[in-house]
Amino acid sequence: MASAFKPGQRGPALAGGLIALFLIFFLVVPVVQVVLVAFQDPNTGAPTLINFVDFFTTSLFQESFVNSFYVAAMSVVVATIIAIPLAYFTTRFNFSGALLIQTLGIIPLIMPPFVGAVAMTLLFGANGSVNLLLDEWFGFTIPFMEGLNGVIFVESIHYFPFILINLSAALNNIDRSMEESAQNLGANGVRLFRRIVFPLAMPGYVAGAALVFIKVFDDLGTPLLLNINNMLAPQAFLRITSIGISDPMGYVISVILVAFSLLSLWVSLLALRGKDYSTVQKGGGGLMRRDLRTWEKIGCYAVVILILLLVLSPHLGLLLLSFGTIWSYSVLPDAYTFEHYVTVFSEASGYITNTLLYAGLAALFDVIIGTAIAYIVWRTGLPGRKWLDYGATAALAVPGVVIGIGYLRTFHSFNVPIIDQPLASWWVIIVVALTIRRLPYALRACMAALQQVSIMLEEAAENLGATKGRTVWRVVVPLMSGGILAGFVTSFATASVELSATLMLVAVDSDAPLAYGIYEFMQSASGRGPGAALGVIGVLFVGLGTYFSHRIIERSRASRESTAVVAEGATA
Amino acid sequence: MNNHKSGFVRVASLALALSLLAAPLSLPAVDGTLTIVTSYPKDTTGTFKKAFEKKYPNVKVEMLKKKTTAGIKYLQETAGSNTADMFWASAPDAFEVLKGDDLLIKYQVKVKGIPEKVGSFPINDPDGYYKGFAASGYGIMWNTRYLKAKKLPAPAEWADLKKPVYHGHVGMSAPSRSGTTHLTVETLLQGKGWEKGWAEWKAMAGNFKTVTERSFGVPDGVNSGQFGVGIVIDFFGLSSKASGFPVEYVYPTVTTLVPANIALVKNGPNPEAAGAFIEYLLSAEGQELLLDPKIRRLPVNPATYAKAPAGFPNPFKDSSIGSAVKFDLGLSKGRYNVINSLFDVMITYRLDDLRDTTKAIQDAEAAMAGKSNAQAADLIAQAKALVNEVPVDEATASKKEFNGIFKKKRKKSTTQVTGRQAEVEQEWDAMVKANYAKAKSLAEKAKSML
Repeated sequence: MASAFKPGQRGPALAGGLIALFLIFFLVVPVVQVVLVAFQDPNTGAPTLINFVDFFTTSLFQESFVNSFYVAAMSVVVATIIAIPLAYFTTRFNFSGALLIQTLGIIPLIMPPFVGAVAMTLLFGANGSVNLLLDEWFGFTIPFMEGLNGVIFVESIHYFPFILINLSAALNNIDRSMEESAQNLGANGVRLFRRIVFPLAMPGYVAGAALVFIKVFDDLGTPLLLNINNMLAPQAFLRITSIGISDPMGYVISVILVAFSLLSLWVSLLALRGKDYSTVQKGGGGLMRRDLRTWEKIGCYAVVILILLLVLSPHLGLLLLSFGTIWSYSVLPDAYTFEHYVTVFSEASGYITNTLLYAGLAALFDVIIGTAIAYIVWRTGLPGRKWLDYGATAALAVPGVVIGIGYLRTFHSFNVPIIDQPLASWWVIIVVALTIRRLPYALRACMAALQQVSIMLEEAAENLGATKGRTVWRVVVPLMSGGILAGFVTSFATASVELSATLMLVAVDSDAPLAYGIYEFMQSASGRGPGAALGVIGVLFVGLGTYFSHRIIERSRASRESTAVVAEGATA
Repeated sequence: MNNHKSGFVRVASLALALSLLAAPLSLPAVDGTLTIVTSYPKDTTGTFKKAFEKKYPNVKVEMLKKKTTAGIKYLQETAGSNTADMFWASAPDAFEVLKGDDLLIKYQVKVKGIPEKVGSFPINDPDGYYKGFAASGYGIMWNTRYLKAKKLPAPAEWADLKKPVYHGHVGMSAPSRSGTTHLTVETLLQGKGWEKGWAEWKAMAGNFKTVTERSFGVPDGVNSGQFGVGIVIDFFGLSSKASGFPVEYVYPTVTTLVPANIALVKNGPNPEAAGAFIEYLLSAEGQELLLDPKIRRLPVNPATYAKAPAGFPNPFKDSSIGSAVKFDLGLSKGRYNVINSLFDVMITYRLDDLRDTTKAIQDAEAAMAGKSNAQAADLIAQAKALVNEVPVDEATASKKEFNGIFKKKRKKSTTQVTGRQAEVEQEWDAMVKANYAKAKSLAEKAKSML
């Protein structure tokens, strides 16, 4: 077979093969173990499609499907409204504190959605702070958190950073000459943005929007915490985890979630097909930045501050909760104390180190695999290369609890040689689960980044005598670094708050990560404060981790830029 | 983890040394790691872990926190190379599931002073697999600030929750989600009878603000004031109050006390330590820990109540708690999954429809007050009958073949089961949805006549 590959393709073929093995072993096999149930007759175990017939004839499932679709679509809309001004202002204008905005804008991701939902309910719920004040002053309340509204509200605030990160990276990669040409031809303002800038940033936007859509479509924690049952993911979860019920419908829904997510991914690829978004010239990368007039500056600041206040409200709520004594049916907690932090520091520091270790490793593997897949897909003609993309992306659609059960089922009888312990109860399995679960994020970002790199640059490098490997390492990867960084940050931040798979896989308390610890605290009346305190500490740590990984990559890039060919606009 | 073997040798040699000395030591010598899969909150597990490790300094306790349902799945999936020693959770049903799967082993308790029964419920598994260590009753908790702000009276009985004043103010978990909630539902069904029991649940559920996914979601919602009244297990109410939240808790007349349990997992690596843990839990010292304000469970040792704070409920003295219903565990077990599914189809997944219909009926009844209109009264009665209709009767619900649809053991299936859960549930759902819609229009019609 190897001889069939062109000489330059042997390396990619080997990498592709390894990745394929990894995906088969840690994604396909465990999931198939679980999902097989969907295709079995519940009474006899014979293969059948009758369960799918049941699904489509059940009105509850039809409603759930519509609700899930509606919530996912609306969340994309709301998340877009939040993300576009932040991305545009910070990449377009000389705006002090752009780095701060971009960092603060990512922070919503660094919070387990269930924690966010707790804080949001306290602030925006039917009897939350905002509505209590509204009721007192004006005599009316706003149902922010009622039914599907609540899910859309929490989800779009939680996931809009996907759009922000990818859109910012894309905006920073736009060829300035395009914009200049448009301006020379008389376009400016909204028209310039709508006709030139936004279309050029499309790969980044679509990558982010597709992520938001799929993620919301199968998010479990938020609807569950808000007690919304009539959506697909909660229905699957409720049916899989009930005592004594081995209802195949849960698994059918899992299959449908996977299929639908793949479909939306395919649609997003279709939307981009036939267009060339790459830019040749990296020297003038990024939009032209201009200074703002005073009143414009005030306007921009007002919009940005308003949005940041909104998206950081879960953190504000969490902070209040962590310092508050009793917070019940009141605008603010009754009194304040440091006690919760004392409790947490004396009992729970292990959660934080575990989290940094697991999420860091998982994000590192993710960007390595993501970059490799992106390169194989866009730069080689390997047969079946698209399947690497689909396979890795399918992980997005597999509910964490399915991965968890699948791993237990597949790897519990598999003993790791040297340590002589089942793989399923070794902490490394948590890293593997996180790597698989967060790979799609890194992959989307890497894909979008590579799409914007013109192949001509590589051809030039190879013409000058660079080997394939050297070209990838010295030209492609540096040019992609913005996207790779975006991928690392998203994977790291979201891996650090993952709960659904880890809840199944944690075998000893001392191996447990942060989200698990918070969940554990939050299950008791007196544990809300310490749980919130642990959440605040976690957000701080992961936030700092994110910030420093920015700094490190920025610095190494800066030093490279001074010697190498590329000079790129800051990708905060 | 890795010192089990050496731990065992040490235990053996220590035991030998002790027997040679014949010293009157009350503590068996144990060490190593003790892994307990538990659904309990950190407040409970942490307190017992600390106290137990202090008493047995050579033992390291690992608490593995899982939701009851996830804990069962975990033990089932890992049975091949089990690393857990004990399962520690509330719902006796969960232990029944594990016992049925042959994942538990029997244990003979040495501690004396634990009676046979609490209320009308046997404390220990008659087959000897799991042991009750605390009693729990079900009741109503409410947020005093919330009730005051909304000018609502404090409830005392289940029937109070049917009143229109509580519309949209009540919260509860679903029986399929929480083993303790399942017992609450079953208790009322046994206490009031099948038809009347369901009618009672639907009348209350019509006032629900939400059906929470976790049982802790209910006290959490009441504590934070998201809804005013919650149907909960006693320790949620008592510990919330003890943690300083402005809440109160009451046992209604129709309730039952059931034991919270602990059991040894089959093939656990450290059975000696597990035995010591059960003994400690049931000892006077262990029982007293249950009175801790953060835990607040009812001890099963009657002597412990002497040390309880004033006003602490004592089921061994106060015979009104949990004696009204003689809980039939066999009946409950026989229709376990049908009850879960019925509740979800009629209430959880159709809550919006049920709530709207209930509101329409309540409005019509309010308009009716003080007037006499036979036709309208008849319409209201029809509407109520439609809401109360249950898709299956009691006899069918308990039938073995019918339950087989909801609980499948694939591969082992020798008897052919007809019907699939999704199919049956869709039939029920269609009927329930149509009934609620029709009842709503009847009630609206009745109101327009008044």
